[in-house]
Amino acid sequence: MPATDTVTTATPATPSAPQPRRRHRRARLVLRYLLLSIGAVIILFPLYMAIVNSLLEPSQISHQPPPLFPTHPQWHTYPTAWTTGHLAVYLRNSAIQTFIIVAGQLITSILAAYAFAFLEFPFKRTLFVVFLMTLMIPFEVTVATNLSTVSSLGWFNTFPGLTVPFLATGFGTFLLRQAFLQIPTDLKEAAQLDGYGNFRFLWSVAIPLARPAIAALGVFSFLAAWNQYLWPLLVTGNDNSIRTVQIGLKQLLNTQLDQINVSLAGTIIAIVPLIILLIIFQKQLVRSLTAGAVK
Amino acid sequence: MSVASVRKRKEAGLAYLLLLPALVIFGVFTFYPFLKNFKLALYQNPPYPGLPAKYVGLSQVTSVLGSSAFHQSLISTFLFVIMVVPTGLIGGLLLALAAHKEIKGMAVFRTIFSSTVVSSVAVAAVVFGTLMNPIVGLLPWLGLNVHPSILQSPTWALPAVAMIAIWQFLGLSFIIMTAGLQSLPEEVLEAARLDGAGTWTMFWRVTVPLLSPTLFFGLVIGTIYAFQSFGQIDILIGPANSAFTHTNVLLYYVYQALSIQNDPGLAAVLSIVLFAILLVVTLLQMRFLEKRVHYASN
Repeated sequence: MPATDTVTTATPATPSAPQPRRRHRRARLVLRYLLLSIGAVIILFPLYMAIVNSLLEPSQISHQPPPLFPTHPQWHTYPTAWTTGHLAVYLRNSAIQTFIIVAGQLITSILAAYAFAFLEFPFKRTLFVVFLMTLMIPFEVTVATNLSTVSSLGWFNTFPGLTVPFLATGFGTFLLRQAFLQIPTDLKEAAQLDGYGNFRFLWSVAIPLARPAIAALGVFSFLAAWNQYLWPLLVTGNDNSIRTVQIGLKQLLNTQLDQINVSLAGTIIAIVPLIILLIIFQKQLVRSLTAGAVK
Repeated sequence: MSVASVRKRKEAGLAYLLLLPALVIFGVFTFYPFLKNFKLALYQNPPYPGLPAKYVGLSQVTSVLGSSAFHQSLISTFLFVIMVVPTGLIGGLLLALAAHKEIKGMAVFRTIFSSTVVSSVAVAAVVFGTLMNPIVGLLPWLGLNVHPSILQSPTWALPAVAMIAIWQFLGLSFIIMTAGLQSLPEEVLEAARLDGAGTWTMFWRVTVPLLSPTLFFGLVIGTIYAFQSFGQIDILIGPANSAFTHTNVLLYYVYQALSIQNDPGLAAVLSIVLFAILLVVTLLQMRFLEKRVHYASN
């Protein structure tokens, strides 16, 4: 626990007994690393076992005790998963779907947030409440009608059907409005004196200054869009052509019942883009996920 | 008209233009379908496809709410939420406390602890589902070989999918708790330390109350997350499974009503219930949160 360590550091060690104190602190440090390692093992064990099992032969998978290391790694499971699971198509579909949603959400949120932060107009408060109300309505309770709306528009099994319902976000608008409000009003006035119109001010002042918040929203939207499950399941039907990788994994698991190693290889392939995302954009991701947690 | 009022009108026009794209999307895909639920709930689906839906008033609502399938679904949903949320929050808090110190290698631990946040429900389901598969040697070797297998067992299937959801929620929980710990006012902690508060007292009397806004935020997010989980169940259990009636959580019931039973009326009633529960949970937690925040700042 953090408090304890700092208590030890805060109290100056008395000169009469420096040795035990230092040893005490060392023991605490070791204990902390031990706890951290236990936590890390709990989190990583399932993923590690997935990687190990993806490289085993089917006959080895049922071994007891289970092999904890692939002594003869069967790398061919990965190309097999790639081809039999149609992963190239599904990953491409997921990438297109994610790109459309992220770009759309950024554009609509930036425009709406700009209006709320910098412009004066009748019913401003009411309209802002309307945006916030969308946060109270989970997407899940709208699927019944959305499915028939999308079908009647002829969008069943198409990218518009997959993405258009998600092209606006109350959360994103709120997040960016907060960021825009941090920009000093003097700056807006100065820009106006320099003859900047609204669009030039938005493009060359507001957006660059709000870049951290925009990046946070982008990473958050990416994660949410890439990992969507319910809507793609409903709207892509039985057609392979626009199925996303999440639905593809379900299919891979069901068709490869006797080949667990292949299903797992497909799963590892599907998670790699997100692990890369996490490592590069950890800061932005944390910022977006905790927006609202800490005032 | 004066120059000022013309400019004002232009500004308002521009503002509405900027809001328009988002408002159209919200209107068509959020508010309209949400309100439509209340109409759909009053119409019963025809017994044969092609016939028009029949207006039945509240009788469909009462029959759904009185059905044993609905009661079972409600029980499974609440059990699932109770298994997932407290465990996920406490686990995240413990990890955050362990990682709340700048020592060598901490960045790596933090990345690992947050990592489950990027894992999708499908990834988590396949990874855990294969480990729980009786063909795989892990569970039999650990002596956890139950019959029928875990994911077929009416007793164990729900805890098993809850465990998957907990693992997936740990990353988000860790991130939220870490942000909360980092925002604690250093002066107050220092003052408590100078007053000679011990570790245990410090944790319960200072850290937890100060952290209460974060804990409640986590509670709201976790509860909503748990109510929205159904992918694990769809992938690993499904309607043909013997454990199915014990894992048919509300959202999965909605999905089934739509895509398997083809019954928008039933789906609408269930959606309204889901919305009502989430609304009550959020409002309760907001009220509670307000009180606690006041208490903490006093």
